[in-house]
Amino acid sequence: MKNKVFKDAAEALHDIKDNVTIMFGGFGLCGIPENCIAELVRKGTKGITAISNNAGVDDFGLGLLLKTRQIKKMISSYVGENDEFERQMLSGELEVELIPQGTLATRCLAAGYGMPAIFTPAGVGTEVAQGKEVRKFIFNGQEKEYLLEYAFEADYAIVKAWKGDTMGNLIYRSTARNFNPLMAMAGKITIAEVEHLVPAGELDPDQIHTPGIYVHRIFQGKNYEKRIEQRTVRKRN
Amino acid sequence: MLDKNGIAKRIAREIKDGMYVNLGIGIPTLVANYIPEDIQVVLQSENGILGMGPFPYEGEEDPDLINAGKQTVTLLKGASIFDSAMSFGMIRAQKVDLTILGAMEVSENGDIANWKIPGKMVKGMGGAMDLVASAKNIIVAMQQVNKAGESKLLPKCTLPLTGVRCVKKIVTEMGVYEIVPEGGFKLLERAPGVSIEQIRKATAGKLIVEGDIPEMVI
Repeated sequence: MKNKVFKDAAEALHDIKDNVTIMFGGFGLCGIPENCIAELVRKGTKGITAISNNAGVDDFGLGLLLKTRQIKKMISSYVGENDEFERQMLSGELEVELIPQGTLATRCLAAGYGMPAIFTPAGVGTEVAQGKEVRKFIFNGQEKEYLLEYAFEADYAIVKAWKGDTMGNLIYRSTARNFNPLMAMAGKITIAEVEHLVPAGELDPDQIHTPGIYVHRIFQGKNYEKRIEQRTVRKRN
Repeated sequence: MLDKNGIAKRIAREIKDGMYVNLGIGIPTLVANYIPEDIQVVLQSENGILGMGPFPYEGEEDPDLINAGKQTVTLLKGASIFDSAMSFGMIRAQKVDLTILGAMEVSENGDIANWKIPGKMVKGMGGAMDLVASAKNIIVAMQQVNKAGESKLLPKCTLPLTGVRCVKKIVTEMGVYEIVPEGGFKLLERAPGVSIEQIRKATAGKLIVEGDIPEMVI
């Protein structure tokens, strides 16, 4: 069997060229592939089309790749926390496609499940529906309009997991799961960075979220900052 | 007139035992503080939680555990975690009983706009379009007039839409309204001390007032 284990982000991303489409797992700054983002900044890969729910913040997450103008186009659902993003978008330097969050997730799912398209009611009657096929279905006793949305095609999917093994099996932790398992299924080449890389056999097969068949490259990440975007707490009584 | 917490308190009365509820960002988040203690409600957060609990105690924040507003939260007993496709799957399949969200504008036929001000604010729709397109019961929590004193309950929305004909009920600082099938904001309750005349002035869309309108009980 081909070895899937790579030493670090630099090795795992060795063949990434300019002008590719990359999916990035994570929701906000939670569960983002920190090591790979840092490596893309170091490498200077340009012309990236990024599929990611959010765009990071000014100085972390995908915000780092926006600041260096390495991203040509963003496909996201919510980009509210990034001033540089907003500036580049309003000035037209950055191409942006905003799509509903569930549509984003399900277009990843469809790709991983080998289905070319989905029908969803999200966005019917709004500007999201412009130029898209609308079809009526009677489903669950209701007649409703649905939009045809296509599965994503991405050259790479870069995801972050909590634990992974040498076969590429992945387990996520808490809400750091979010888009990661969906994007892991959807990349032509899927690269996973994990907090703990263990030998095959150490993970309980019943607990695996992403089966290794979807994962082409895996490496043990390091120095995770795991920045908190909104630190909210309550006082002890 | 109600303040934000007053609106949240009134909406909390719509929540019944056993409901699965999705709370949006802003005033809807405050609703969680006023859910009666004698009922059991499961809060859904669309980044992948059922059974969301309160904010953590200081020092117990977990960067891997956040809500849809990116705030650190906790899990209650019996909580579950899932990916984003399943999260919107349960929303689309109408497993979630009640969705409470904010709005910039609502029209008299139940259209809602809350994601974009062209040329000014473009943050994205997040999960709002998925939620409003599928939810069986949507309550909007909003201020009835903007800072310039203009009504946000309109004959027709002026901003780009989030969803069409989807809002069922609206709670504002002035009253509780139901969107009726033939179109119109039917006044159900008045906020304490607010007159019908004040409400008329603050409603640009078709207002329906039938019989005596009771004051809200909060």
